[in-house]
Amino acid sequence: MAAVPKSLRFLCPNGHLGFAPLKTNSFYLGVQSRPDFILADSGSNDIGPIPLGSDVSTSPKEWQYHDLEHMLLAARKLGVPMIVGSAGDTGTNSRVDLFVEMIQDIARNHHIPKFRVGYFYSEVNPDYLRRKMEQGERVAGLDGRPDLTLEELEATDRIVAVAGIHPYIRLLDLGAEVIIGGRSSDSVIFAAPAIRAGFPEGLAYYLGKVLECASFNAEPYMGKESVIGEITHEDVKVTAMHPDQRCTVASVAGHAMYERSNPFYEHVLGGTLDMSRCRYEQWDERTTRVTGPVFRASPEWWVKLEGSGKVGERYVGIVGIRDPYIIANIDQVIAWAREQVRERFGDSGYELHYQLYGKNGVMGNLEPSRHTPHELGVVVYGIAPSAQMAEEVCLIGTRQMFYARLPEVKGTAGGVAFALDEVMRASPAYRWTINHTVRIDDPLELFPTFLTEAGV
Amino acid sequence: MANFKPLSQIAKIIRSKNAGVDKITFDIIFPDQASYQLVRRSGILNRALIANLYNIPESRISDFVEFEPALAIKFTIYREKPSGSPGDTDIFGSQQYAPLLDLQIPVD
Repeated sequence: MAAVPKSLRFLCPNGHLGFAPLKTNSFYLGVQSRPDFILADSGSNDIGPIPLGSDVSTSPKEWQYHDLEHMLLAARKLGVPMIVGSAGDTGTNSRVDLFVEMIQDIARNHHIPKFRVGYFYSEVNPDYLRRKMEQGERVAGLDGRPDLTLEELEATDRIVAVAGIHPYIRLLDLGAEVIIGGRSSDSVIFAAPAIRAGFPEGLAYYLGKVLECASFNAEPYMGKESVIGEITHEDVKVTAMHPDQRCTVASVAGHAMYERSNPFYEHVLGGTLDMSRCRYEQWDERTTRVTGPVFRASPEWWVKLEGSGKVGERYVGIVGIRDPYIIANIDQVIAWAREQVRERFGDSGYELHYQLYGKNGVMGNLEPSRHTPHELGVVVYGIAPSAQMAEEVCLIGTRQMFYARLPEVKGTAGGVAFALDEVMRASPAYRWTINHTVRIDDPLELFPTFLTEAGV
Repeated sequence: MANFKPLSQIAKIIRSKNAGVDKITFDIIFPDQASYQLVRRSGILNRALIANLYNIPESRISDFVEFEPALAIKFTIYREKPSGSPGDTDIFGSQQYAPLLDLQIPVD
């Protein structure tokens, strides 16, 4: 292996690549400074369980292609590796294949000379977990969840495991010049090449942690702008590329706690990044320097699993209410409509949800306000095994609000205002069935790696 | 008589966001040491207040952290149901911070 370099510089143009397009000006400012790697995370489970369960992206293909095209052209021109992790929002096998195909299309369209593309998968066959569970192994619940049961496993449509640095390092060792990763911890996409090059693990994982959302670590708030992280053997320095953005002590430290329940610890496959002794200093106007992160290796390999299961087909109806008497008695209106659904379909085998915008439509039971609104917007969700039944559940649940029998209502020609006659088909309903960890023997066990080519 | 100011006039950032699929985390970030220390020392923001404000038992608060490097006070709650499940009202958890804006903080 080559001698350990003094420093490496990582350009990150986007967090959750594809969800919104990268901004090109700051990206090319970054490219001009000749980084050693161009990398981005493309995944998120913020988007809920539907994309994983139904194996689709929530990001439009055009935006994914846009970002991959800019990154690939720049990376090939500079002759530096390009790495994208958690392909296509979820990191399922089909999303990895989609991104690999896009890389091949882009290379062909731009007549880029041949190069090696490495990729790996993250999907887990439910039978693999079933066998482990039948042998008495725990699939341990995270965030207060109980351990996984066979029933919940049965209810699951698709599972991904969250990779560590290992498949990325393996693909770099195999000579991959572009890597498309399955589901991965955000930080490992960046940490892998730094650790492979001989930099301390604590700094390497911290580098990934601070870069994974690109310009979210800078101020003022501007998403989708590029940032550069530089790792040395003593520190990480992070610099905003947009001329109007700065990486400040506050913005960089603030990012450590973004989307995390605890700002001091970050768990990845193989250990925990401890940021409790991080020191932050303003290095120059747009750069913050960080020292002191420590990586603690764990004695066993516990891999995180994400799983989503289908609840049913779903239709959505919308009505509005203006009569203060009806608003005050909205619970009775809903009870009436529910009863009509019950008369048609019985007590179970479907779900009917009412979301009351104006009352607690955003916060549900967390809403502290008891303010009475002058109008109410109601979104009605009908969920059932078939689309036909879901439509009827939703339609009864929506339309029967019109006929609700309130004793003192003046408006006897209809208790709600319809914005539409019909109810609308929505995405199927899914739920997160798995947020667990399981012990594996080898950090590559669930992440098979492959090498292919692109270019002409 | 103490003077009071709403938290929204003291903090620079007040936000909420998913922390994984089962939790929502809240960040209150201050512009300087003085305002951070003012709110921290007031003792107003604590687990009991959050439980009361959101009408949840304290057991649903998984973390409460004072994070000085970022001049931030941060807490995390368990969701009623996982993000995006039928009946969930905020898939990203991004609009759950509003009740914090008007918290009255004694300023002298």
